[in-house]
Amino acid sequence: MRETWNRLSEKQYFRPLIIFIIILLFNGIVSKGEFFTLSIVDGHLYGRIIDIVRNGSKLMILAGGMTMILATGGTDISVGSIMAISGAIACSIVNGNIFPSFNGNVAAAIILAILAGTVSGIWNGFLVAKIKIQPIVATMILMVAGRGIAQLITRGKIVTITSETYYFINGGYICGLPFPLFIVLFLVGFLVLFTGRTAFGLFLESVGCNPTASKYVGIKVDRMLLAIYTLSGAFAAVAGLIESAGIKGADCNNAGLGIEMDAILAVAIGGTNLMGGRFSIPASVIGALIVQSITTTVLALGVPAAYIRVLKALLIIIICLSQSKQFKDLVIKRKMINRKVVGS
Amino acid sequence: MEQTGKRKRVHINNISLVITVVLFILMFLFGSVKYNNFLSLSTFLNLFNDNAYLMIAAIGATFVLISGGIDISIASTIAFTGVSSAFLLERGVPAFLVILLMLLVGIIVGCTQGALIHYFKLQPFIVTLAGQFLMRGLCVVISERSIPISDPFFKTMALGKVAVRLGEAKAWNGKIYYYVFILLIVFAAAVYTLRYTKFGRCLYALGGGETSASLMGLNVARTKIAAYGISSFCAALGGIVFSFYTLAGFGLQNLGLELDALSSAVIGGTLLTGGVGTVAGTVVGVMIEGIIQTIVTYQNLNTWWTKVTIAALLCFFIVIQRIIAIRAEKSKGKNE
Repeated sequence: MRETWNRLSEKQYFRPLIIFIIILLFNGIVSKGEFFTLSIVDGHLYGRIIDIVRNGSKLMILAGGMTMILATGGTDISVGSIMAISGAIACSIVNGNIFPSFNGNVAAAIILAILAGTVSGIWNGFLVAKIKIQPIVATMILMVAGRGIAQLITRGKIVTITSETYYFINGGYICGLPFPLFIVLFLVGFLVLFTGRTAFGLFLESVGCNPTASKYVGIKVDRMLLAIYTLSGAFAAVAGLIESAGIKGADCNNAGLGIEMDAILAVAIGGTNLMGGRFSIPASVIGALIVQSITTTVLALGVPAAYIRVLKALLIIIICLSQSKQFKDLVIKRKMINRKVVGS
Repeated sequence: MEQTGKRKRVHINNISLVITVVLFILMFLFGSVKYNNFLSLSTFLNLFNDNAYLMIAAIGATFVLISGGIDISIASTIAFTGVSSAFLLERGVPAFLVILLMLLVGIIVGCTQGALIHYFKLQPFIVTLAGQFLMRGLCVVISERSIPISDPFFKTMALGKVAVRLGEAKAWNGKIYYYVFILLIVFAAAVYTLRYTKFGRCLYALGGGETSASLMGLNVARTKIAAYGISSFCAALGGIVFSFYTLAGFGLQNLGLELDALSSAVIGGTLLTGGVGTVAGTVVGVMIEGIIQTIVTYQNLNTWWTKVTIAALLCFFIVIQRIIAIRAEKSKGKNE
């Protein structure tokens, strides 16, 4: 028992998991147990926790892709805009505004939307890996222009759709559990296997620690960067589909607005070093759940939504500081001095 | 070797700037040929009237870029200054106090970011990204609605203008608003600082290589923190000019403006890797963006085309920079 506990507590996802459980317990106590009640209506599970999982699904998917990018010391702030593009394309096709020959075929809409996300990701990866622009600038181009592209696709309007099949992406249930959860399990499971069972994860960490050394070792850094930015783009497109199915339309101005910050925060809470290096995808996914449950909790406590952003920005800085070697040295030095004073 | 290296750097700078100036003239000619009433002094002066705030902010961003860092909190700082000054003016705080306070806030925010980046070795993009969200969040905390400004001083600055007459014909007449003179002062100060002060030389050295700069005995900490301080100060000043321009404060103003500021610096020949750049180039960069905006308006297109075009232009210039840099590296290799 003790051994299992020790082994578990060494994992990177251990701390975030404890934080998540504490937040859940806090919610449970504040709401006097109502938080944990699950009810079954028409064979579907309902409840606050289910809501967190459903609303957090986009974030979990984005955090998965973002973890790999942050592990290499890069960043992708275009995910929100890619979500807008993917939503715009999918809704416009379902609506028949573009490609009327598809007759609003949902499958075609989904495939084309994910394809668009993949192309966006390849574009980001190309700029970062081949042209060697700093990731923040490279992805900022798409972050700003992407919303423009989405606006041009929808011709500046909010596209609303009526398609039960399309709604299923966000509101559907399989075996009583919400459908987005299965998407998350599938994509994140794929990532975990891909980075855990192949050498890819190890290479990622080595690129994050020292790209030059990795290159000399013989790792194809360019190709790896291209691959992870592409994956992140494709994942963002899936998140965009969930978002647009949730609001039953495409709103290019607000879809995924500011979600890149949430995704980075989720990864940071998960304990992945934002300077690059050590990473853990499960930890980031739990981080995403924490971010989502903080949002829900703060809203439930009656704090205005505006404050959440401020809180999250401060959280990021604090977590970054706690990871910074210089900051740790400073704190340790202070403690030592204090101890000396007390000792003498 | 030192001599050739120096010449190469000047060379890179010149090519980018030459392309930029040529591009600007071409666009102006294109507009003049295509549309009636385009070719006039007022079209040219309006580039300054409409973009003064962006130019001020972009000049600040140039300092950070030269130092080899990046600041993406500019747009939120502008919005924050706009909202909070409108909010304070509505409460009856005197105009000069508001302006002073806002500039102070700008400096504090910038120096804090700089200190976090320098002393704790955090990555500039994470810190300024958090700064961006913090300021944007604070905007909404202050007010979710747009606040109109009715302060007499702000109104004078917003509406007061100087007529410029170069000839009898209508095309030779134009006007400059008072706030454009703030831009002129900032521009002159920035050029002086970069060219003729010790701090300016330190900044270029820091951008060229942080390790070598500190080995040379330069005060890296002070230079770096000051660069971020100047950037946020300029953004705050830009925010005040922006509230002169619009006479209102609204938290969602200028979404995505950081790209405009950065791309105008890059279009004007500033290298993203640091160490190279001029303020004059940045101003020409903003003028190009202004002219794209004007053409988009004349053509009656969706305003999002401006952003898409600017992003495309930015990519184009970054690729040019890369090609030049790769060539320079290759020729250096041959010499050795």
